[in-house]
Amino acid sequence: MRAVLLLFLLLASPLKAEEVVLGLSQDQVSISTNFDGSEITLYGAIKREAPIPSEDPLQVIVTISGPNEPVTVRRKDRRLGIWVNVDAVNVSSAPSFYAIATSAPWDDVINEADDLRHTISIPRAIRSVGAWSQVDDPQTFIDALIRIRMNNNSYALKEGTVDLRDSTLFTTAIQMPANLTEGDYATRIFLTRGGKVISEYETSIDVRKVGLERWLFNLSRQQPLAYGILSLAIAIAAGWGASAAFRLLRSG
Amino acid sequence: MMIYLPIAEVSVNAFLLLGLGGAVGVLSGMFGVGGGFLMTPLLFFIGIPPAVAVATEANQIVASSFSGVLAHLRRKTVDLKMGTVLLIGGLIGAALGVGVFNYLKSLGQVDLLVKLCYVVFLGVIGSLMFVESLNAIRKTKSGKPPARKKHNWIHGLPFKMRFRTSGLYISVIPPLVVGVLVGILAAIMGVGGGFIMVPAMIYLLGMPTKVVVGTSLFQIIFVTGFTTLLHATTNYTVDMVLAVLLLVGGVVGAQIGTVIGAKLKAEQLRILLAIMVLAVCGKLALDLLIQPAELFSVGAVEGH
Repeated sequence: MRAVLLLFLLLASPLKAEEVVLGLSQDQVSISTNFDGSEITLYGAIKREAPIPSEDPLQVIVTISGPNEPVTVRRKDRRLGIWVNVDAVNVSSAPSFYAIATSAPWDDVINEADDLRHTISIPRAIRSVGAWSQVDDPQTFIDALIRIRMNNNSYALKEGTVDLRDSTLFTTAIQMPANLTEGDYATRIFLTRGGKVISEYETSIDVRKVGLERWLFNLSRQQPLAYGILSLAIAIAAGWGASAAFRLLRSG
Repeated sequence: MMIYLPIAEVSVNAFLLLGLGGAVGVLSGMFGVGGGFLMTPLLFFIGIPPAVAVATEANQIVASSFSGVLAHLRRKTVDLKMGTVLLIGGLIGAALGVGVFNYLKSLGQVDLLVKLCYVVFLGVIGSLMFVESLNAIRKTKSGKPPARKKHNWIHGLPFKMRFRTSGLYISVIPPLVVGVLVGILAAIMGVGGGFIMVPAMIYLLGMPTKVVVGTSLFQIIFVTGFTTLLHATTNYTVDMVLAVLLLVGGVVGAQIGTVIGAKLKAEQLRILLAIMVLAVCGKLALDLLIQPAELFSVGAVEGH
């Protein structure tokens, strides 16, 4: 009996020397009528059974990723004097939102091999299988996708914004813009030493429309005809109501 | 006050939308046009996805036209028979237009199509209206009576029908064709089409000016209503919250505009409208001719 218990304890004991214990300011983002973006605060501690290793300093990377979806990136060129879309690349999967926060400059926190293995950086999060068969220079399209999404705050890389104290406590805040898509937002924490990932923790943040937003959205997808008729009815009622009101105003 | 639009999935300022609706409403009340040709590009500028802008604008035009039609019905200035013929053409055109729209969307050329349509139609109509109203002003100044309408090739076509309210006895082919064209434009450009239908009715069909606006509004309501339903059931792009904000501003603005419009002379109104149409046309033409700052654009993959 004792042997079995010992074996159980051995198996259950952590395989990694350092592990993440995480807290979130909220694990749910509600998109209501007055939704104007959100800020998520993540705070956590590093649990360890042994003293802090004295080798390379510990670093933390936090990523939040929205639902993956295929997108088309188009390029304009001049044809007959006007600017028109001439070629396009279908990117098989790109996150609708992707934010990275690190505790130090990018090159100090992760090496390329581990970035590739854990798909951490923004270009790694975008999968573009078969892009080479569509155009000669798909990389310029991927770069454009990242540039456009960084400009509208859908993608962000914030180096040095994770506040790490005594290699034990860390905290960071991640801004989410107003134009969020619904879904589960995968939230990952990586602990690294010398550019190598030593521990990984994953949870998710639920982004959902609520109240009137939820009701209208569901109606428009599940009963589009009823939704369309309701839209028309509101339009007609408003048009009629306004003219009636103004006639009263003028006569009265 | 920021407000989140459930279908467009963007957050915009509610007062900005009310203001836009109001401003365009004033203009539409003044000139007796739906205002869609101004509102749809403005919605693009404030970041509403084009597909949502076009579909929602169709819904809003129903609202702004409805109060107009009621007023015209009371004054008996709607040619219901002519309106019905135009409407049959319009429904055929709307179905065709949605087909063309979806085909070009799959090619990634729908933005170009919409903008080219705007430039060509606004350019032609704007210039025609400008020249015509300049001439009209010059003629009223010199005291000559306006020329009587003449018989042209349109009166030689078969399938003649009597339109009592308009006092016309003409073939049904020209109004049907006008209706189809307007229906196509309604589906592609997210406009009511009043700015093309009104001149066509006056200059092509020779309808009396007093029934033109009421009859075109009558046709527009049904065509845009049909377009709204098509977009709502196939593309899910009608945003009710956006529509309500626009139409609250719009219907109030339209009533104010009607009062202002009644104080101006018809020729002056038409010249103002022509200048506005040409300005929108010029802005869109420049966008096509000048190299854009960002050559790339990101869109959803079609066929999902």
